[in-house]
Amino acid sequence: MSQENFDRFVKVASATLGVESDKVVREARFKEDLECDSLDMVTFVMDLEEEFGLSEIPTEEYEKLSTVGEAFDLIMAKL
Amino acid sequence: MGCRVSRVVLITGGSRGIGLACARRFADLGDRVAVTYNSSPPPAEFFGVKCDVTKTDEVEAAFAAVEEHFGPVEILVSNAGITKDTLLLRMSEDDFSRVVDANLTAAFRVVKRATAKMMKARQGRVILLSSVVGLLGSAGQANYAASKAGLVGFARSLARELGSRNITVNVVAPGPVATDMTAALGDERMKELTDAVPLQRVANAEEIAGVVAFLAGPDAAYITGAVIPVDGGLGMGH
Repeated sequence: MSQENFDRFVKVASATLGVESDKVVREARFKEDLECDSLDMVTFVMDLEEEFGLSEIPTEEYEKLSTVGEAFDLIMAKL
Repeated sequence: MGCRVSRVVLITGGSRGIGLACARRFADLGDRVAVTYNSSPPPAEFFGVKCDVTKTDEVEAAFAAVEEHFGPVEILVSNAGITKDTLLLRMSEDDFSRVVDANLTAAFRVVKRATAKMMKARQGRVILLSSVVGLLGSAGQANYAASKAGLVGFARSLARELGSRNITVNVVAPGPVATDMTAALGDERMKELTDAVPLQRVANAEEIAGVVAFLAGPDAAYITGAVIPVDGGLGMGH
């Protein structure tokens, strides 16, 4: 995992989800630790698509994401 | 209205009828008003953007132009619409799907585009123009009535989806209004219509615009998912 990509990921997470950058660690759970709701997740995924120049990620792929690490791995797999 | 904040308002189908009356009302309130039009451009005082709301790329281009000119849309009035009246037995599938596309799917296109930005701003007002016939039904307008009823379920779903982001989504359901669209009905049909209205007359477009402006204003902050009839009593009970 490239540190540069993870930094970009954290920047988007922090801006879109309104959480401190140091809370965005691989183990952090979106719902329980970062207090995200489903709308937050949709906007987060849309902003990640834009940041990393990805085409639309299907709902069924992102709706099962529960941790930051899983989300980052999904984005990296799409690059 | 000196201290009032000027809001960015986009009205689809704003070059005549109810849409133009809404544009004038918001302009009077000091807002920055953009309108989309398909055939005839709006009066020069409004920022007009040519846009066929049945085309996603034109909707995207229209929003980009408005954002460039004024900034993100804060109040969206989805008003553009068409009729293609005929009895079901004579209605082609094309007559049906074209009306649904222009009246219901077009609302989906513009609302989707607008609310993406409203969510980030954590505020926004969406007002959809439906019709009394959406809930009352109207012989010869199965396509139009279906599209207008569809807006109610659409709006109420969005009221639930977007409420946590301080975005309200409401529907205005006018009865007969004196516009080009109703002028096409002919005198006899108009008389039938007004006879059925408890207030015994058609509305003027300004009477609809006033309710739209109310729903966009601070006094309506706690109203969402509502269907507001402005129909002279025609649709009572629905």
